[in-house]
Amino acid sequence: MIGEAAIRAGCRFYAGYPITPQNELTEYMARSMDNIEDGTFVQAESEIAAINMVIGASMAGARAMTSSSSPGISLKQEGISFLAAQELPAVIVNTMRGGPGLGNIAPSQGDYFQATRGGGHGDYRTIVLAPDSGQELADLTRTAFEYADKYRSPVLMLADGMMGQMMEPVVFPEPIDVSLLPHKPWTLGGAEGRPSRIILSLLLNPAKQEELNWKLERKYETITREIPKAEKYMTDDAHLAVIAYGTAARIAKGAVKRVREMGLKVGLFRPITLWPYPKNDLRDLSRHIRDFLVFEMNTGQMVEDVKLSLEGKSNVHFYGRPGGTISTPDEIAKMINTLYHRQNLEEE
Amino acid sequence: MKKVFQRPRYLKKAVFHYCPGCGHSIIHRLIAEVIEELNIGEKTIGVPPAGCAVLAYDYLDVDMGEAPHGRGAAVATGLKRVLPDHIIFSYQGDGDIAAIGTAETIHAANRGENISVFFINNACYGMTGGQMAPTTLLGQESTTTPGGRRKDRDAAPIDLSEMLAIARGSVYIERTTVNSPKSIRKTKKAITKSFKIQMAGLGFSLIEILSPCPVNWKMAPVEAARWIDDEMIKTFPLKVIKDTAGKID
Repeated sequence: MIGEAAIRAGCRFYAGYPITPQNELTEYMARSMDNIEDGTFVQAESEIAAINMVIGASMAGARAMTSSSSPGISLKQEGISFLAAQELPAVIVNTMRGGPGLGNIAPSQGDYFQATRGGGHGDYRTIVLAPDSGQELADLTRTAFEYADKYRSPVLMLADGMMGQMMEPVVFPEPIDVSLLPHKPWTLGGAEGRPSRIILSLLLNPAKQEELNWKLERKYETITREIPKAEKYMTDDAHLAVIAYGTAARIAKGAVKRVREMGLKVGLFRPITLWPYPKNDLRDLSRHIRDFLVFEMNTGQMVEDVKLSLEGKSNVHFYGRPGGTISTPDEIAKMINTLYHRQNLEEE
Repeated sequence: MKKVFQRPRYLKKAVFHYCPGCGHSIIHRLIAEVIEELNIGEKTIGVPPAGCAVLAYDYLDVDMGEAPHGRGAAVATGLKRVLPDHIIFSYQGDGDIAAIGTAETIHAANRGENISVFFINNACYGMTGGQMAPTTLLGQESTTTPGGRRKDRDAAPIDLSEMLAIARGSVYIERTTVNSPKSIRKTKKAITKSFKIQMAGLGFSLIEILSPCPVNWKMAPVEAARWIDDEMIKTFPLKVIKDTAGKID
């Protein structure tokens, strides 16, 4: 789904390295890029080589992508830091699996901190999109390439092993005409009829480095203003909302439906951008919802952003299952039910 | 009056920051001269390394895109695949190419990436203050081989160019130096050939250039130039290591 959506979004360069549970994407790109005139697929010798090939392709102006799963994304972090510093657009897909270390190949959300806190070294941010369905994988892939070009920034698609393996009907967006994409006035292409250009990140003079840091920060402020996105599901009359993203949100939605049948006024808040975090939307909700249950497939990472967003003005509860284990909607429904009554929330 | 010597078109009007007797400025100049002579300046993109020569973009007046340490061949691969009609070169030191970036280099060579790689071997990590490089000679003093490099503790130097010659995709590998007018002319010929191979679409070529580092070797420039002849070429003999391209026009 991501592969086809990426090609339709004008992705013309893909480099990857095999790692489960996301090999289907690499294999799809291998098959598809061959049929595209100016398309390139490279099976790189490592995750590190793959991200660096993406750096080169992005310098040359192509819409470029790489993908991997948790341990491989760790290896790419230096390259992602360079992409941020050199203000190069690129899309990176992380199909998260259980960790730390080699972990396992089951769906997990253990890389939230790594994804939303930069991940590599230095003072930077990465736009992070969190799809929860096949359709959204396709739609957000298009968005990811658009944001990458618009903000000249790496964009991370944060999926998990569940999404990497599932099959769902999808309506793909129409392919774009790559030749109609806006001209990128900063790319390397040979200094024909213009002064030579440099794309660099070495700034030995601290004043120059500070200048870049503030320039990036201004860009991040713009992004924080412009793109936060979240889905609100049955939150209008809710007394309690579950907060979850990706696969966890799908499970939570099932749970919300179940407890609604039991008469509990519960909704779901699903962040679609994890950075920037949709904190204003969440704050709006907190005007009428006092209790939030954060559900993650980890031991508690996004819950920190929830607390930062709500600034102690609401009750934030947490339930998590790490290690690649997958909760059932019934399990979450039970958690909600217990919490709902413990907090003495009013029923219908 | 006839002008017999001038700044090459593709060398910026800047003063080199390199130490006295360093080979980088000579090699930069040679690359700029060849780019001008082959008339490829408007379609050449260089990839400088991490190390002393990261600042190559302050001197070479062509498009330049800086790579993370060791990843020159991978970044060059990305550039070349998107811009196959352009001339892409990476410029890398011994630590960059033969230690941290070995995998990227070997695989780019094996894929036969149609790029030119200039591998500057000064037998030490210059920018960080003269630590042992993968190419430091046995017995050579460095800040991390205080009694001289020992095989039992530090391993013997790595023959990266010879290893790359085994790679199926490499076309032309030559080791040269820049310690004399004659060797400088020879290096220029090798650089020219590398670019021509790329222009003809033949595949991966690499020129290893033994280059003096008088400051870290703790020698005077003349002494450093002599040390290359007396010591360095015993471990790294000057020669064409591989050439399946043959004569190129």
